[in-house]
Amino acid sequence: MCPPDYYGIEYEINPWMSTEKQADHAVALRQWQALRECLIEAGAGISELPPVSGLPDLVFTANAAIIYQQKAILARFKHEQRQGEEPHFRRWLANHGLQVFDTPSDFSFEGAGDALFCGETLFAGYRLRSDAGGHQQIGELLGIRVLPLELVDPYYYHLDTCFCPLVEDEAIYFPGAFDDYGRRVLAEHVSHLIPVDESEARSFACNAVVVGRTVITNSGCPLLHEQLRQAGYSPIATPLGEFVKAGGSAKCLTLRLDGEEAAHW
Amino acid sequence: MAAKHLDTNNNSPEAHSCLEEVEVRGHIIDSLILPKVLDCITTAGGSFQIKHITVGQNRTDPSSAVIEIRAENDVALQKIVAQVSDHGATVTSSCDCELVVADVDGAFPEGFYSTTNQRTEIKRNDTWHAVAHQEMDCGITVDPNTSQARCIAMSDVQQGMPIVVGHSGTRVFPLERTEQDHAFGFMSSPVSTEKPKGVMIRQIARQLFDNRAGSGKTLLVGGPAIVHTGSGSLICDLIRDGYVHKLFAGNALATHDIEQSLFGTSLGVNVDQGDLVDAGHEHHLRAINRIRRAGSIANAVEQDILQSGIMYECVKNKIEFQLAGSIRDDGPLPDVVTDALENQGRMRASIGDVTFCLMIATTLHSIAVGNLLPAWVNVVCVDINPSTVIKLSDRGSFQTVGLVTDVEPFLRSLLAEIRRLEQSEHST
Repeated sequence: MCPPDYYGIEYEINPWMSTEKQADHAVALRQWQALRECLIEAGAGISELPPVSGLPDLVFTANAAIIYQQKAILARFKHEQRQGEEPHFRRWLANHGLQVFDTPSDFSFEGAGDALFCGETLFAGYRLRSDAGGHQQIGELLGIRVLPLELVDPYYYHLDTCFCPLVEDEAIYFPGAFDDYGRRVLAEHVSHLIPVDESEARSFACNAVVVGRTVITNSGCPLLHEQLRQAGYSPIATPLGEFVKAGGSAKCLTLRLDGEEAAHW
Repeated sequence: MAAKHLDTNNNSPEAHSCLEEVEVRGHIIDSLILPKVLDCITTAGGSFQIKHITVGQNRTDPSSAVIEIRAENDVALQKIVAQVSDHGATVTSSCDCELVVADVDGAFPEGFYSTTNQRTEIKRNDTWHAVAHQEMDCGITVDPNTSQARCIAMSDVQQGMPIVVGHSGTRVFPLERTEQDHAFGFMSSPVSTEKPKGVMIRQIARQLFDNRAGSGKTLLVGGPAIVHTGSGSLICDLIRDGYVHKLFAGNALATHDIEQSLFGTSLGVNVDQGDLVDAGHEHHLRAINRIRRAGSIANAVEQDILQSGIMYECVKNKIEFQLAGSIRDDGPLPDVVTDALENQGRMRASIGDVTFCLMIATTLHSIAVGNLLPAWVNVVCVDINPSTVIKLSDRGSFQTVGLVTDVEPFLRSLLAEIRRLEQSEHST
């Protein structure tokens, strides 16, 4: 995670962002710290990336890279506003024992924000931030199966805003973020899909962090939490409204270094 | 595992003259990227053909498909290409073709691009250039200054010639069956013994008639059975009336035609009565000898030695003829070219303006000429033996339409149809 010392809405690169709707810095810090505590309580260990002035979105570490075993494929951000984050992520990942690879060719790729393992398969969002061609090359580089999913709603611009694997064969998702092909691919390859209502998808219900059976989300997702409890999970709500202003929530604020809970490896 | 197949969508491709080839790679079947890309093409009004598809064997093995996209104009095509690029498709021919200078005479560099008989283009300096003298089983050489490209036979390669290698920066425009429809739309299967021949003969007559009126040239490739079956005079009529512009044949057709003219026999058989003539087996040799003594067929005509027949009409009507020799030839006649490569070269030089080719009762000669003709030249092969036509198609001259029939009734019917066309033309 990266502390939100320099977090703020300094530009607009997704429909959630408005420089006129500034984040409250003190509240954001409290929300970030509360999330951190929830994660530690769930059993996670946290490493921190030092914040950098002028890079307000560095706080969203999910976009740094995708981690597979000891390999990290570094993000290449679509928007130049975030491209300055790349060298900081590169340095930190390399210093922490990961073998860092660049995204192939000149494709855009926004890390774990657009690439989530469910079992042995990497599900990868494309069109809004990451390129489909890049996903295929990452799949070849890592020797894994990649199933690209087109994201059709700009409010769900990263895959982790509308899809969250829980275990190897179970995931939550917001159907409206995908087209027919994407929904068919998910139905075919994930045996238990928990659909999220649009009202809660807007509260970033799918942008959850999974640690064991604990599922941590933004507050305001009671319907999903009920479904999760029935499925045997322990959902935890923690307010992250100041980060929703930038189009991010729990998952976006973290990068899982040892593989997502649902990842087979 | 690689599997080749041709899969085409239902969108009519005949109006789609602009094309681009793209490749999609990865888990394109599990992810539905392949059907999505194909749907994307048809929704945008384009058409596609899957040129090649490789399906991964294991769960983690990627698959790939090469898709040819067609659209009615370049703007529509580029729009479709941009759309499918969003789903990860990449243009295969985004680079120029690769050229390697020939290091020896008479052979291509390794990995040379082997041509088909279909319209082909190569990319140089980001521009597509048409390949001239399209011919199957050749290579392509490119003028480095003008980027003009042309097919070149292996034996014609000279050291220092730039030769296209590999497939990048090349594209082929397959001839759609529909493009031939205006001429031979009714011939849905290439060869059959059980077709109503009248319709086909009418179409062939129409093509000969139109060629005579226009700038297209009709080439006749003929075997000696034309003479044996007593059809020589029918060919003479076609030549005299301007329906045949070029003749490719062997020593046999010319010899038996001349034999008939000089002795009234073909292989010693009286063509009119059908009976054997005393010492008739010597006639063809005596005929050859007489022409050899004259120096050439044209000389024999000039000296009134030869006064009728196909070869006589060719000389009189200034019809270009190419006689190719073989190892079983008697004589041969002085006009026969015995060097096989020289024959190929002469025929190659002659076919540039041919738009219609009628191949009658000859197997090897038909295949040889079929090899030289581009796919857009309509070819009709008439033979009593269906295997002749099948052989021709199997060797790549797929545009050939076959007519399985005896030569004489075919030519008689053809001439009757032509006369009918002439009369209807005359009366209007």
